[in-house]
Amino acid sequence: MRGTAVTAGSLLERESSLGIILMLPGALLLILFMAYPFFLGIWLSLTDSMIGQMGEFVGLRNFTDLLSDTIFHQTAWNTMIYATVTVPFKAALGLGLALVLNQRIRFSNPIRAAVMMPWIVPTALSTLGWFMIFDPVFSPLSWLFKHFGLIAQNINFLGDPKLAISSVCLANIWRGTPFFGITILAGLQAVPNELHEAAAIDGANMWHRFRNVTVPHIEGVVLIAALLSVIWTFADFQLIYVLTKGGPANQTHIFGTYAYQIGLVATDIGMGAAIALYMFPILSVFAVILLVYLRREG
Amino acid sequence: MVGSERLTNRLLNIYLPLVFYVVFLLFPFYWMSIVSVKPTNDLFDLKFNPFWIQRFTWENYTYLFRETDFGEWLKNTLIVSVVSTALSLSCSIFAGYALARLRFPGSNFLGVGIFLAYLVPPTLLFLPLAQVIASLEIYNTYWALILTYPTQLIPFASWLLMGYFRTIPREIEESAMADGCTRLQILVRMILPLSVPGLLSAGIFCFTLCWNEFLYALIFMSSGPMKTIPVGVVSDLIKADTLFWGSLMAAAVLGSFPIALIYSFFVKYYVSGLTAGAVKG
Repeated sequence: MRGTAVTAGSLLERESSLGIILMLPGALLLILFMAYPFFLGIWLSLTDSMIGQMGEFVGLRNFTDLLSDTIFHQTAWNTMIYATVTVPFKAALGLGLALVLNQRIRFSNPIRAAVMMPWIVPTALSTLGWFMIFDPVFSPLSWLFKHFGLIAQNINFLGDPKLAISSVCLANIWRGTPFFGITILAGLQAVPNELHEAAAIDGANMWHRFRNVTVPHIEGVVLIAALLSVIWTFADFQLIYVLTKGGPANQTHIFGTYAYQIGLVATDIGMGAAIALYMFPILSVFAVILLVYLRREG
Repeated sequence: MVGSERLTNRLLNIYLPLVFYVVFLLFPFYWMSIVSVKPTNDLFDLKFNPFWIQRFTWENYTYLFRETDFGEWLKNTLIVSVVSTALSLSCSIFAGYALARLRFPGSNFLGVGIFLAYLVPPTLLFLPLAQVIASLEIYNTYWALILTYPTQLIPFASWLLMGYFRTIPREIEESAMADGCTRLQILVRMILPLSVPGLLSAGIFCFTLCWNEFLYALIFMSSGPMKTIPVGVVSDLIKADTLFWGSLMAAAVLGSFPIALIYSFFVKYYVSGLTAGAVKG
């Protein structure tokens, strides 16, 4: 073929050119709306741009200014709590859920489908349910606790600066538990039944069977689910935006909501881009761990 | 006696935890649903048990279509989700097939690149992307979402389809090529019909994510009635001084319903798609 006129037909027949042609549509979209904005974001973060007005190059000033910004400190701390505290809860609850769903129970299919709902439906909308559950006046939780005489006053779940971060974490745990549940369930179903039976014949009790037969089979999926969950939770936006918008007194701001606040509400888009980019090194670490793990496992 | 001990064991180890999970995971939906069918006055009446319905009404639902732009948001969400899913799915079929079957320069690099793109969160990009949208002059149009959503969908969908295409025996293709079929003919006439379950998984995944997306929709398409359901409900239905709970919950239930419905019809495909990312094969 080489040296002869290249026709469209031959381009579509040769593996090397066809491969590239087939990758093009997706790659173009990813370059234009993901790779390019990423680099544009780096540029913006090095300028004092405001929305609608390209600014001057200011070097690393946005990044260093943030280091002495107490709200940014609070934001970084909140993000860490939000991403690291919720994941063990989601993993543990998800493991329990998977173990229960893996048993032979009546109506197991509809039950499996139903408990996945928190993960499936639009988060912004289901979070509105939590918005009401946490409401200072209409909260059903407050009503219940009052009814049983546990509290005298309604609880201000989202308005109390100390409680607010726990409340948003609870809603996040609720949303993420089914993801761990379904992922671990898939891992459990890959455990050959003969292994359990053999271990039972050898006299292993339930705990030993769990520890020595089940755990080695699901370690991998739990780790992958946990890494994905850390990345998603770390970079979350909507749950906090709907519940608190970062308040009260910035006690629930995470990187995403603070970048929105500074970059769009306060129109300081250069500074906002810098806030978002502070996520990048941490996200990269988790992404690399995940990639290395997946490659090692083949 | 042995039988009753077994029953007690099952009760403690299975049914008790099961009840806990069902209550914990489904209570918010129960709460949203009952509030959505209560008259507003009943919410205030502290004599009533709030966990039950005294009087039933559809007025919160009819209010959405009479007094708000909910119908418009529904139309917008449908258009954006359908077009963006079709676009993403087409791109992903091509990319997935190329990565699964063809040897071409840079294919390894592109495979890793697509996987990393799956991990790039929208919060990292939304500010510069807002500028890109503005300079393309598609701000506040359907295109702003139709063209940006695929960046969140193509990576996972092509990964999923690549895995699916690889399970189809190569011999089928080789014999068709010996019969003179081109690669593209093989893809369209043989591979795609054999991949319907994989295509359903990927399609449902894409549609659900489009329908549920919030951040890009909030920023790129949010003026007047040009909103998607999640953005419209969150921005327009929460009012400072009026009694909005009934209609807010009705909107949340109604906006979640199509996704819950699709999901319950295709639960098998959804789960296999969802777990494909975490479980190999």
